[in-house]
Amino acid sequence: MNAVELHRKLENNAGLLIFGILFVSAIGGLVQVLPSVFQDALVAPSENVEPYSALQLAGRDIYIRESCGNCHSQQVRPLLAEVQRYGPYSRAGESAYDRPFLWGSKRTGPDLHRVGGKFSDAWQRLHLIDPRTVVPDSIMPGYPWLAETPVDAPDVQRKMRVLRRLGHPYTDEQIAAAAATLAEQMEVDAVVAYLQALRAKP
Amino acid sequence: MAAASYYEDGIARFLTACAIVWALLGMAAGVYIAAELVWPTIDFGQPALSYGRLRNLHTNGVIFGFGVSALMGTAFYSVQRTCHVPLFAPKLAWFCAVGWQIGMLAGGISLLAGWNAGKEYAELEWPFDIAIALLWVCFGVVFFGTIAKRRIRPIYVSNWFYGGLIIVIAMLHIVNSLALPVTLSKSYSLFAGAQDAIVQWWYGHNAVGFLLTGGFLGMLYYFLPKHADRPIWSYRLSIVAFWAFTYSYIWAGPHHLHYNAIPEWVQSLGMVMSLVLLAPSWATMINGVMTVAGAWEKLKTDPALKFIVLALAFYGLATFEGPMMSIRSVNVVSHFTDWTVGHVHSGALGWNALITFGTFYFLVPRLVGGSLHSVRLANVHFWLALAGTMLYVLAMWGAGVSQGLLWLAMDDLGELSFSFRDIMASMAPYYALRLVAGVVFLSGAVLMAWNLYLTAKGRPTVKVSPP
Repeated sequence: MNAVELHRKLENNAGLLIFGILFVSAIGGLVQVLPSVFQDALVAPSENVEPYSALQLAGRDIYIRESCGNCHSQQVRPLLAEVQRYGPYSRAGESAYDRPFLWGSKRTGPDLHRVGGKFSDAWQRLHLIDPRTVVPDSIMPGYPWLAETPVDAPDVQRKMRVLRRLGHPYTDEQIAAAAATLAEQMEVDAVVAYLQALRAKP
Repeated sequence: MAAASYYEDGIARFLTACAIVWALLGMAAGVYIAAELVWPTIDFGQPALSYGRLRNLHTNGVIFGFGVSALMGTAFYSVQRTCHVPLFAPKLAWFCAVGWQIGMLAGGISLLAGWNAGKEYAELEWPFDIAIALLWVCFGVVFFGTIAKRRIRPIYVSNWFYGGLIIVIAMLHIVNSLALPVTLSKSYSLFAGAQDAIVQWWYGHNAVGFLLTGGFLGMLYYFLPKHADRPIWSYRLSIVAFWAFTYSYIWAGPHHLHYNAIPEWVQSLGMVMSLVLLAPSWATMINGVMTVAGAWEKLKTDPALKFIVLALAFYGLATFEGPMMSIRSVNVVSHFTDWTVGHVHSGALGWNALITFGTFYFLVPRLVGGSLHSVRLANVHFWLALAGTMLYVLAMWGAGVSQGLLWLAMDDLGELSFSFRDIMASMAPYYALRLVAGVVFLSGAVLMAWNLYLTAKGRPTVKVSPP
């Protein structure tokens, strides 16, 4: 039987065609994606990489809510110019507690994976609320509402419990203490805490 | 003419109207965010108008609102005609079509409210993910149910592509959306870090592959021969191209992660398979062009065919550019820049939007049994669409290539030549040009909406007698 006759069978039988498409399109995923999903080393946290604190976690989820990742990457490539510009290149073990990952695909603004410690908390706060007060030619949006909205502490505690089920090692004490540490914090404080945590761990 | 229509065409008409509304809405959101990159304060401090949230509405609106409505509508229209039977379970088909619109509308509002799963082109949160999966299964039941009761034995090639769209997108969507919910509006991905990245771009690249490429190739394989009034140039080539496409596309995702923290073999394999992908892509393009060859004189009188031929040209361009950008040494420059945005739009505007516009100019008069309200207006739209796409792509090439090179530029002493701020500031003219391009393209789409509205206004859907 030649290939044309073989194909005639496929195109005369809907069930075979469905199976054929499923089979052929699954091969790539099975060979290329599945091994990585079961490669624990890829998501083993690097030394000194800890789960985000309650305040940092709140900030990270606000970063996701506002889609900061549409314009900012968090992935320093191992290229001389990038290491020079941003700092040490990014490693897989640093993203072990990132759900979802936020490496990004676009740098309308600069990469942020090493932004922690480069600016003061006060600068970051001003910049988030109205970027043009500190960077006159910036085209970043301002986020004034972050300074007016308090962090929702029970919500963050719920998130920590869900993340614990996914393997993030939060203790009961940490989750209980979150209520106190998040009291009277505004969303902008949380985002600043998250940004300051984005740095290479020695 | 029969008392009742043999084919169920009301759904195609409804979905065509929905697709046009989504096109205008999604592209208007795109124009607005392009304007925000020129005048950053025009969000007026409103969270829902903020760039980040509005960009999610733009991408989801054009891909899942416009794109899927157009694909679902044309799939339901063409599968009946290529099988010579009316739609299987028409009530389920209506449920699927209306449900999709309600889901996307609510989903769009949720994106503006800041619900966001945080994965590109999969931003909708888990309640919507579940709704999408269920509606997609309904889509598949109606589509394959119609094929199962067909009265023509061979399954026509357009149906393989639509079938591939349904099957592969279901697989990708379900796996990539796996998450543990916290509240109605928030969930955490089952995958973390580098693994999440690999799964996400397996999904992300193939949403482009099987929805924006494969699905629209289904549209091409049905409507191009209809337009040109000639059979497909090479049936055998379409077979080879289909299976090669279905096999090789799925591997290409990791080219979105070159030099990122994932295993090198995954990146290299992704690059090689991206290059392989050039073959089936161009095979299909050549098959399409050769089908039109010999019917060139129709281009003088038929604006719909002009759109389709131009769409084929942009398909060829984008599927050449993509593999080139997946080469690691090219990707070093192009990654993270506006070049990627330009590449996406040469596909999304030049290929997806143009082939859909051409199809609608063909389809709507036939659905309502009249002629196009204004051929002249359609010709104006053609030139606006071409000019808009070209300006857009040129602006983003200019922006992207200069960003990529300037970011990497170093002097003889090993110091960076330019600050990020200076490079960012130098983008202003390109971003302004991009805004102009978007306005030009959108105004063409508005003309089309008006033209097709007047074509269909007051006319009932044609009743078709059995073939």
